[in-house]
Amino acid sequence: MKITMTVNGRPCSGEVEGRTLLVQFLRDIQGLTGTHVGCDTSQCGACTVHVDGRQVKSCTMFAAEAEGAEVTTIEGMANADGSLSVIQQAFQDHHGLQCGFCTPGMVMAAAALLKDNPRPSEAEVRAHLEGNLCRCTGYHNIVKAILAASGQAVAVAAE
Amino acid sequence: MYNFDFVKPATVDEALAALAEEDALPLSGGQTLIPAMKQRLNAPSRLVSLLGIDALKGVCPGEGGVTIGGATAHAVVAREAAAVYPALAALAGGIGDPAVRNRGTIGGSLANNDPAACYPAAVLASGAVIVTDRREIAADSFFQGMFTTDLEEGEIITAVKFPIPEAAHYLKFEQPASRFALTGVVVAKFAEGVRVAVTGASEDGVFRWSEAEAALSDSFRPEALEGLSVPAEGMISDLHGSGAYRAHLVKVLTGRAVQAC
Repeated sequence: MKITMTVNGRPCSGEVEGRTLLVQFLRDIQGLTGTHVGCDTSQCGACTVHVDGRQVKSCTMFAAEAEGAEVTTIEGMANADGSLSVIQQAFQDHHGLQCGFCTPGMVMAAAALLKDNPRPSEAEVRAHLEGNLCRCTGYHNIVKAILAASGQAVAVAAE
Repeated sequence: MYNFDFVKPATVDEALAALAEEDALPLSGGQTLIPAMKQRLNAPSRLVSLLGIDALKGVCPGEGGVTIGGATAHAVVAREAAAVYPALAALAGGIGDPAVRNRGTIGGSLANNDPAACYPAAVLASGAVIVTDRREIAADSFFQGMFTTDLEEGEIITAVKFPIPEAAHYLKFEQPASRFALTGVVVAKFAEGVRVAVTGASEDGVFRWSEAEAALSDSFRPEALEGLSVPAEGMISDLHGSGAYRAHLVKVLTGRAVQAC
């Protein structure tokens, strides 16, 4: 079946099967490989994207369910001039990534959190990241980066 | 995952017609069904998405209760039921993680009746009524054991009607890796008496702890549970905890939930 949705502001369509997952549509059909497949079992959150403004795990949603939806992926997070968004820059400034595999999902989860809760507490940030796993266990700096992106003062990582 | 036909009707009648095909299954948020299909534990010939049916969505406060559409996501319940039934909203806001809560639905959770799911405990403790396309089912007769309910083939949960208790609280002891309820307890206090529902613990799925209900109806204090105990027999025993451990948790969590009411 043919499906059409808006991805990062651009209309996208493609031929899918019933079983085609949203992440497969994004990566394999649209070539947007910034969204990662980590566990493929809905646990790790590396595949987190926004569908109509809400974060979802794109490995646990059929592409056909996103028909007509507004989808945002990590490729849509940079500023219009190509510079890093506030959240992305904060991840860089605070060493919020090590291997980087979980980072697309972490950034998308962070963006969803800050949209609903612009100045979260550290506990709220940690609770919100429950469904995003970092195998490098770099959580402290990820939390710092998100707090910094919300405009709150955090200790700067050693240079 | 085996392939299937995907259909997304806009009305309950169209969904029922689409479900008439052999091996067709309804698809709600898919947060359990999709992982199960990936493992080929389930292989429907057709999936009928319920998420395009607006009539199945929403939180609607009414006289003495709140009605929640079957295809309402956990995150929506967490936000929109907070003023009318705070304990239910808090329970919904603690299911899975934020991404799962944006997809998973109350109807899907109840139809699946996972022995460690949160919603069945809320429905049973509240004495809620499950509304389907063809009838209304009392919570006490809906849950019929692990992954088993009173639903017929192709029957769709259209809504859940909750009465609002005077006080209620849900506590779960989370399995530290999956964060599923190793044991979870909802205590709900009504004018007619107290109801206590336990999830995660029993091999028969969600159940009411009637001895605690009687004791708490007489005296709504944690001390009322002194002298009571839950038999370990029939409790789930696995690498995360023995049956005796879960039985112990039932009592501890019930007392703490009463305290928190």
